[in-house]
Amino acid sequence: MNVADLIDLLLQHSPALIVAVPLLGAFITPLISRLNDKVRNIFVILTLGLTASLVFLLASDVFTGNIHTYIFGSQDLALPVVRILFEVDAMSAFMAIISVILSLVAVIYSWSFMKENTGLDKYYTLILLMTAGMLGMELTGDLFNFFVFLEITSISSAALVAFWTNKAKSVEAGFKYIVISTIGALFILFSVAMFYGQYNALNMAMIASAIQYTFLDKIALVLLIAALAMKAGVVPMHMWLPDAYGKAPSSVTLILVGTTQASLYGVFRVCFTIYGGAINLSSISVGWILVILGIITMLLGVAMAIIQTDFKRLIAFGAVAEIGYMLLGIGTGLVVMLNPEMTATGLAAMKGGIFHIMNDALDVGLLFLVAGAIYYATKETSLNKLGGLARNMKYTTVFFIIGLLAVSGMPPMNGFASKLLIYESTYQLNPILSIIAILSSIMLLAVFVKVFHSAFLGPALPKFENVKEVPKSMLIAMGAIATIIIIFGLFPELIINNIVEPAANALVNYGGYVREVIPSFTGGV
Amino acid sequence: MFALEPLLETFQTGSGFWNPIIWVVAIIVAFLIAVILRGFGNKEYKKKTGQTQSFLSGNPEYEKEQMHIKSSNIYWGFTESLKWVFDSLKKMHTGNVSDYALWFVIVMAILFIVLIMGENLVGAI
Repeated sequence: MNVADLIDLLLQHSPALIVAVPLLGAFITPLISRLNDKVRNIFVILTLGLTASLVFLLASDVFTGNIHTYIFGSQDLALPVVRILFEVDAMSAFMAIISVILSLVAVIYSWSFMKENTGLDKYYTLILLMTAGMLGMELTGDLFNFFVFLEITSISSAALVAFWTNKAKSVEAGFKYIVISTIGALFILFSVAMFYGQYNALNMAMIASAIQYTFLDKIALVLLIAALAMKAGVVPMHMWLPDAYGKAPSSVTLILVGTTQASLYGVFRVCFTIYGGAINLSSISVGWILVILGIITMLLGVAMAIIQTDFKRLIAFGAVAEIGYMLLGIGTGLVVMLNPEMTATGLAAMKGGIFHIMNDALDVGLLFLVAGAIYYATKETSLNKLGGLARNMKYTTVFFIIGLLAVSGMPPMNGFASKLLIYESTYQLNPILSIIAILSSIMLLAVFVKVFHSAFLGPALPKFENVKEVPKSMLIAMGAIATIIIIFGLFPELIINNIVEPAANALVNYGGYVREVIPSFTGGV
Repeated sequence: MFALEPLLETFQTGSGFWNPIIWVVAIIVAFLIAVILRGFGNKEYKKKTGQTQSFLSGNPEYEKEQMHIKSSNIYWGFTESLKWVFDSLKKMHTGNVSDYALWFVIVMAILFIVLIMGENLVGAI
């Protein structure tokens, strides 16, 4: 077997391997932990490195317009047997890239950040489980399987949020997270049952081809949007998010950003693919619901961020505000999708919203890592007690400035390109939406300038006299994200043409997704 | 062969355009001008003289920790003038998980009204 054959074979099985590798790695990690801590850390990094390679291999093929399906069970779709089908289009691959980058960076960061902690075999096992769950949510083409992966992600995330069991607030945040996740998951399961009862199908493409938009389908749509929006941290169901993001170890928070976005992906998959054909009549109302939720999320997130004094809680509210931009972009796309005169506007809004998913993951992720670095160096998260750290932590300060500019949508960072697309397209829908979005960005800048002043500027405080820069693994992790931010910021056209546009097209053209499973399907262009 | 052209392409947004490379060049030029201007003034700078001392209108200098403006005091005027908004937002964030679930039920009810009852009402009209 030559190299080309091996790559073909890997590509063919990559949808399964992408989930199987971290899942298997999770079960092997406790055994490897018995050998040596360093060996375990290297093993986890290599496992996620291999997963990342597989994701990039699959994405390179999927972004050319192909859709990959992988069937676990009977290959004959006409047979009424239990099977699970993975279906990977450009949108799934786009989300998988985000998830795997965040997970890989998180484990590199954890090497030093979590060094002093005990129970790290469990920590790394849970991180790999969480990654497998997140990737499964993004790659699966089966709605019940989506629920299963959502549960895997939720349970492992809750355990990781409460990882610092010696801190009561961490345990409380973990408890809140699991309660909210379970409520959301139950309603998702309920809607899956509604589909199964009506159409005798669990596969997303099959449901999409058969859906009639009955009264039960409308109820299922409400349940799915509400439950997944809650998991995505959409206002006013966001309140678990600052608790969980704020109290989890920073490395975990970075992956939590990915899980939140996987839930947001679920909202988009439901609206555009499962209800792609049926929703035509009500796409305007669904679109406006997303737009209004986006605006409220943006404003409330940024307003709450401005009054926070805890570093991580403040960033968490900033992350809530960022989710609003994604909803605004995608919602605008849904509103104008059926208007032939505004097709270009709709596609621009979709591209802006989707590009912002990746930008938000990187920008907010970097800020959380900086918050973790400051906690590591000072054991302090209260902004009222910090100050003058730029003197002792020069690299961390530079990374914070990059994150600050990027998250506020300042040119020439990546956040500006995606926000520009959102501002322009929403302006054409309604100028007030655009004005609110710009205002929120200005307020986000004000919020993070406050953090910069409080933590990094000011006189050198005697209590932080001996504070040193964080270890190399943490700097490498922050530097990797900062580099991607700068590259994405400097070459937005390249990223949008090659990654974002295929993802937006895949989401809009739900017919292609359905036809991959049901070739006779004629709808959805 | 590595092509440079795609990297230098101007990003077309549909209604406008954006070229970060030009922006970066502008920043570098502005930075160079700032450095040159600073160079002119730098000759006047004398280390370890009164120039480097804090002057607080003749008042004694506070401890360093007291000199730093704390996070809570930044934007005090803004938050004070919109106190009623921030107070109501804080009140909304109770920290009680039952309230979190209640908000979920409220949103679900609103979605139900808009998506199901709203459409039926429009259909009836």
